[in-house]
Amino acid sequence: MEKLKAELKERIIENLNLEDIEVSDINDNDPLFGEGLGLDSIDALELIVMLDKDYGIKIADPKEGKAIFESINTMATYISENKPA
Amino acid sequence: MSKCYINGIGCVSAQETTNESVEISDFETLTQSINPAKKQNYKEYIAPNMIRRMAAGVKMGIVASKKALEEAGINNPDAIITGTGMGCLVDSEKFLKAIIENDEQYLTPTPFIQSTHNTVGAQVALGLKCKSYNVTYVHANNSFETAAIDALLALNETADSVLIGGVDEIAKHSTYLHQLENLVKSEDEISNILKSDTQGYLASEGSQFFVLQKKKTSSTYAELVDVAIHDVLNQDQIADKLNSFLNTNNMSLADVDSIFLGVNGDKKGDDIYHSLCESLFKNKQQVYYKHLSGEYNTVTAFGLWIAAKCIKNQTIPEVLRLNDLKTDGFKTVLLYNQNRGEHHSFTLLKSC
Repeated sequence: MEKLKAELKERIIENLNLEDIEVSDINDNDPLFGEGLGLDSIDALELIVMLDKDYGIKIADPKEGKAIFESINTMATYISENKPA
Repeated sequence: MSKCYINGIGCVSAQETTNESVEISDFETLTQSINPAKKQNYKEYIAPNMIRRMAAGVKMGIVASKKALEEAGINNPDAIITGTGMGCLVDSEKFLKAIIENDEQYLTPTPFIQSTHNTVGAQVALGLKCKSYNVTYVHANNSFETAAIDALLALNETADSVLIGGVDEIAKHSTYLHQLENLVKSEDEISNILKSDTQGYLASEGSQFFVLQKKKTSSTYAELVDVAIHDVLNQDQIADKLNSFLNTNNMSLADVDSIFLGVNGDKKGDDIYHSLCESLFKNKQQVYYKHLSGEYNTVTAFGLWIAAKCIKNQTIPEVLRLNDLKTDGFKTVLLYNQNRGEHHSFTLLKSC
């Protein structure tokens, strides 16, 4: 799980061009949207594509996204529980 | 027609053009076949949460436009008119590459949103919260001139201040294709572009913005008298069209003190300039600038930036001189540009 969390942080920084942010700057429980990393709705679309492309997980109901993308912890948990075998 | 004065200018280019302490005479001749624009401290101009999605062209455009507006003391122009030959090419390439690599799936929104030609004009307007007329012209090497013509029309109607600009960025794959077509010089062909006997130019990128107003102010550089464009002309037609352009403005070639030419080291287009320099423009003070800027579709905006500064200072630095003719001062300047015999443009400036 720790490896997955580190990998997620790296991919988020790279895919969302988060300049000046290091892996160590993102805490596992920090909110990704709003006051935490400050991601927005376009980033949410990028994260949905990232889950599909990199982990083979399609989010069928966009309403689920809010809970899945709350933090690195929630993302990692969702990926490990839903990743195709 | 209403008068049109250049009251603010901003420039990002392969030279230190945002550093006011650096003079044109300090600029160095480009020595690479591909010459990126000088890096800027973009965080001084753009909010960090916006900057991460912006391509180089957008960032350059915002910096150049902010500098021009600041100088003119304008917060909200009556129109924002942009010219670009290729738009936000880096994001276009990124998006097309993703389509191919991912088999038309997993397409992310950012490069798609940012890849359109009007991204720069839109982002400038968003930054200013400016809801006025906003148009982007895409017309190859005449993109900037087309924007300038629209600005002159806007000022002749209801607009009092217009922000116009040109922007183009280097993108890896497109430049590679241009190299294959011999549009870009190879590294071993680079020498003095005035004596170049090979095809191709020095590729570059940049953005130049100008605030045009009906009123002359303390920051005025010059009067933008008129702009004309023509797609394809032979040498006789160039003379005819130029005379006609000057006549329309109640002038003749005898009234023009200096000619700023788009000589770029590409033999295919430079032969036209050299021929004109030995005939029509023989007794004129001749100036060139693309050895400092490189070539891109809207580089004539860099030419206008250089000309505006020269007119205001009433000096032509040695680094720009194509011949030895000198005048005591100069009142009227003509910019002439073409690309391999196509996309000719005439831009007429007067000192104030």
